[in-house]
Amino acid sequence: MTTALLKQPTQAPAARKANRSFVHGLLTNKKALLGMTVMIVFIALALLAPVLFPGDPSRITAMASLEPDAEHWLGTTAKGQDVLALTVHGSRSSLFVGLTVGLASTFIGILVGLASAYFGKFIDEALSLVTNVFLLLPGLPLLVILAAFLPPGLGTVILVLVVTGWAGSARVLRSQALSIRSKDFVAAAVVSGERAGRIMFREILPNMASIVMGTLLACVIYGIGAQAGLEFLGLGDVSTVSWGNNLFWAGNEGALLTGSWWVFVPSGVCIALVAFALALINYAVDEVTNPRLRKIKTPKTTPTKAETSTAK
Amino acid sequence: MTISQVSFGSHEPVLDVKNLTVKYIGDTRSTTAVDRVSFSIGTGEVFGLAGESGCGKSTIANSIMRLLKDPAKIAGGSISFGGKDVLAMSAEELRRFRWQDVAMVFQSAMNSLNPVMTIGDQIVDIFTTHAGYSRKESLRRAGELLELVRIDPARLKSYPHQLSGGMRQRAVIAMAVALKPSLLILDEPTTALDVVVQQEIMAQIKELQRELGFSVLFITHDMSLMVELSHRMAVMYGGRIVETAKAQDVYADPRHPYTQALMGAFPPLAGPRVPLTGLPDGVKFRNIPDLTEAAPGHFVAPFGADASVIDSTDFEGAAR
Amino acid sequence: MRFILRRLGFYLIAFWASITLNFLLPRFMPGDPVSRMFARSQDRMQPEQIEALRKLLGVDDRPIWEQYIDYLHNIFTGQMGVSISRFPTPVTEVISSQIGWTLLLGGTALVIAAVVGNLLGVLAAWRRGGAIDSALPPVLVFIGSFPYFWLAMGALYLFGVVLGWFPIRHAFTDGLEPAFTWEFIGDVGAHLVLPALTIVLVSIGGWMLGMRNTMIATNSEDYITMAEAKGLRPGRIMLRYAARNAMLPSVTSFGMGLGFVVGGALLTEVVFAYPGVGYQLLNAVQGLDYPLMQGLFLTITAAVLLANFLVDILYVRLDPRVRSN
Repeated sequence: MTTALLKQPTQAPAARKANRSFVHGLLTNKKALLGMTVMIVFIALALLAPVLFPGDPSRITAMASLEPDAEHWLGTTAKGQDVLALTVHGSRSSLFVGLTVGLASTFIGILVGLASAYFGKFIDEALSLVTNVFLLLPGLPLLVILAAFLPPGLGTVILVLVVTGWAGSARVLRSQALSIRSKDFVAAAVVSGERAGRIMFREILPNMASIVMGTLLACVIYGIGAQAGLEFLGLGDVSTVSWGNNLFWAGNEGALLTGSWWVFVPSGVCIALVAFALALINYAVDEVTNPRLRKIKTPKTTPTKAETSTAK
Repeated sequence: MTISQVSFGSHEPVLDVKNLTVKYIGDTRSTTAVDRVSFSIGTGEVFGLAGESGCGKSTIANSIMRLLKDPAKIAGGSISFGGKDVLAMSAEELRRFRWQDVAMVFQSAMNSLNPVMTIGDQIVDIFTTHAGYSRKESLRRAGELLELVRIDPARLKSYPHQLSGGMRQRAVIAMAVALKPSLLILDEPTTALDVVVQQEIMAQIKELQRELGFSVLFITHDMSLMVELSHRMAVMYGGRIVETAKAQDVYADPRHPYTQALMGAFPPLAGPRVPLTGLPDGVKFRNIPDLTEAAPGHFVAPFGADASVIDSTDFEGAAR
Repeated sequence: MRFILRRLGFYLIAFWASITLNFLLPRFMPGDPVSRMFARSQDRMQPEQIEALRKLLGVDDRPIWEQYIDYLHNIFTGQMGVSISRFPTPVTEVISSQIGWTLLLGGTALVIAAVVGNLLGVLAAWRRGGAIDSALPPVLVFIGSFPYFWLAMGALYLFGVVLGWFPIRHAFTDGLEPAFTWEFIGDVGAHLVLPALTIVLVSIGGWMLGMRNTMIATNSEDYITMAEAKGLRPGRIMLRYAARNAMLPSVTSFGMGLGFVVGGALLTEVVFAYPGVGYQLLNAVQGLDYPLMQGLFLTITAAVLLANFLVDILYVRLDPRVRSN
């Protein structure tokens, strides 16, 4: 009987190869490209806003409620402010809050997920319970009541958004971490005495990379949308310029009733474009990592003629 | 009337597969899973198809019933059932052909049963769809079927997860013979069960086959089971058939080195202790040629240094 | 049965958490809310009511444990204080007068979105790569990217102001007497169209995609292959074998999605000045009506929990595997 010796599995090259094909998959995916292009445009606008529209965007520049014209591409508000300046500047606060909320929620979700998966038993039960309770409590009423009782300001906005948003990411990341935890290579790491921190962050976490990315994108989408909702109700930081606040003022000043559609359309469209772009990237990540969701390709060969063989 | 009832004389094969080729079409390249396979099964015959995982046996089974899913595609050859071309059937003809003329017992019964329907309802489905019986009549016949495989008819109201593994497999077998098909395909019917239950299931199948007289395509990697049940058998390797003959002949006189290795992997319980033999390390077969008759009724694919072996070091000695 | 009891226990814990949150929040707020409210009520508050308010918000000197027990007791006997903005109506009365509208709006929109969305999802998955599968999901997701309230504003502007097809505020025409006449019901219906349409448009994408993805996963299950092998008709396989199983995760996410729909309904009510609890909540916040705010929060939460519980009971009926455990 001949038996070959087991070779040590070469993990590093395999991981690098997997990453390269993932990145390659993303870059060739139409959805991902479209989404990333849109995001890059918005991020650029956000960063360049003080250059493109210097000064305070909420200052009064012209007559009230002007329709879009050559001087004011998107017209003016009921107070006489330049809508385009407000919109472009608005991207700064909205993107910033969205990103912060997304990162914070995902981070908490990772901690909860890894802790649940690794420590198991009581900690898992307790964390699950807390997560499920937060998932259950209706988001917007909770947001409203938190914002009403806490002092107004950007910090409060970010805080309440994270408090209402972390549970979603925690649930997804926990179930993913648990499924990885049950795999053999983690058991091997535990048995060989690896420290808890190493196992959680070096063994389990890297294998969750694509889910974490998807969760991050979802949390950012949540952050942007929920912030807009909060601000629309007047519970955000009213002193900053953001898309949600723009819409709040639009509602307050009766833009709809006076027919000034140019006041409320731009900010809403921006929110939708950013959310949609992020969602596209999210779907692309899903498709690249889960082959079943990809579009069905029709095979190039026609199954009619039998192949001629090289039979000897 | 089904096809089986119309076109058979006792000499016409029930199933005739010629040069069947199945490919898995990928993004950049394709893999040939079944490579110009030919065999035929006669009336009341049990034909065994053996080989290791991934050699293409299940793909053949799925092809016969045209159940292949993307990215698998039939790339060549023909399948005829009682003289009728299966590959040319329309969707509606195919739907009627399935289960009435050919039925299949899948490997894992638990996964093949709809978890939210009772066993009874799943059998009734067969009757109401194909035979047009009323629900009451279908339920009555379903009860009879369960009794045939020795399950209490009260179990008609049970859900799949409420039955044991062996019971589920027997229920699936009962479903398969519901319409008295001419050909029954058994795709690893006992692999997911423990040995004791295995024996019960095999006995059940033998009994049903004797009673109802259908042909069987028996797919497994368990050689001992196959030899016991089959009349004729074929051994597959890498998508091609390497040897085919009467089951006893393959058992007693395996000619191809792969068949020998396969037989050697199932040593008898009794008898002298011999070292386990298998294929030597690094031996692969490539470009397997077509079968030639090595003895009456015993076909083998020629092998040898130039025809079909690669990377072997000391082949002649290792094969023993 | 054990499943149901466990879920019930869970909902009770969640309700307790929201009560406790309600209890703790005003106590962590800076400043004295009571004097603020007293000022707003334009000095009309009686000393006992000021006292009651102090107790409710914890601005008195009792130890916190005593306050907590008292608070719990009040909640369970249905005393949620007196509303400041609608002085002197008790909070419970204010809420109960308007919760019906929210249920009407939310319920209608939810049912339409869920039923139509799921059907579209089933069809999209059954014919993968077909017209529905390729075109609808991106369109619906794009529409769903817009904030609820923005779509509401858009709908109000387009169909209400510009085209004038539908009324733009309130649940029924001012001055019309509520009665069970066709005229009234028709009027209510007309006022319901725009707000409900908004909620349906934003949420339907989620339903469709969820069901579609679940169906795709279900379609690759072995029992679907067996159903095809059995020669069953495609329609029956799609509905009785595939959709019936794919429905299960959909039902679970229905419960989760309820919280979302409530949020959406809230914002939509605000835009259309639809007199439901959402609109009320905003007014309460702007009017610093803390008792009403707290009462609304608890009521909304309780409703969501109850709905989730009902969904759980439905799930048990649908999935036999859960029943026997």
